[in-house]
Amino acid sequence: MAKARVKVPKTAKAGEIITIKTLIRHKMESGNRKDKKTGKLIPRHIIDKFTAKYNGEKFFWADWEGGVSANPYCSFTCKVDKSGEFEFIWHDEKGEEYTAKAKITVA
Amino acid sequence: MSMMKIEVIDRRTFLIGAGASAATLAALSNLAHATPDQAAAFLAKLTGGAQPAEGKVKLVMPEIAENGATVPTEVSADSPMTEKDYCKSISIISTKNPKPHICTFHFTPRSGKAVAKIRVRMAETQEVWAVAQMSDGKWYIGKTTVKVTIGGCGG
Repeated sequence: MAKARVKVPKTAKAGEIITIKTLIRHKMESGNRKDKKTGKLIPRHIIDKFTAKYNGEKFFWADWEGGVSANPYCSFTCKVDKSGEFEFIWHDEKGEEYTAKAKITVA
Repeated sequence: MSMMKIEVIDRRTFLIGAGASAATLAALSNLAHATPDQAAAFLAKLTGGAQPAEGKVKLVMPEIAENGATVPTEVSADSPMTEKDYCKSISIISTKNPKPHICTFHFTPRSGKAVAKIRVRMAETQEVWAVAQMSDGKWYIGKTTVKVTIGGCGG
């Protein structure tokens, strides 16, 4: 159900600090919400880890809890020095992983 | 009619009544929500008991959040982000949500800047903390207050 979207500049200058924007469709069920019909708590189901890699180097990662909004948006930066590929991994606490990739040309 | 009824309650009775219901409300919300004490306990666990210094880390949130389900939040730390001196992590801590820990961002010198944006849930009006750890092991804290019109943690 999850669908990821990432925004990475296509080109950058060597040494430039670029901003990356990511978004994934996920309900981020916090475990604090009640089912309106049964009155029972809806079990927690969230993405608990996000990782960003640049040419294989893990340069930014995050631990998320139920306090992160549904369809989590996350933006951060990376200092680029050569062309290559970004990889983004969202880890769901049920063990599923969603990935997205983006290429960058560094001149 | 109801207006008239309110008028005949004298100030003392009103205050006692208001005090009692405020106490009940506080007791109820304690069940569902973290308290500043729980946030402080989480902070102590995070830093291993070290008291973070004020400054160096900034937390930007809207003054008034109309929708507590999705509150745009930006954290940043003042750091050169070199191999020798960089910001390792920034955690966002709530003082009134069901759980104090909202999220933690981890940075490396490759990040270039210690800055991240995210959208968070705010159960009610509260103080929020951003706590950063630098590569030298020092901890810093920045605080802000968000007024929440409609809470965002479900009920």
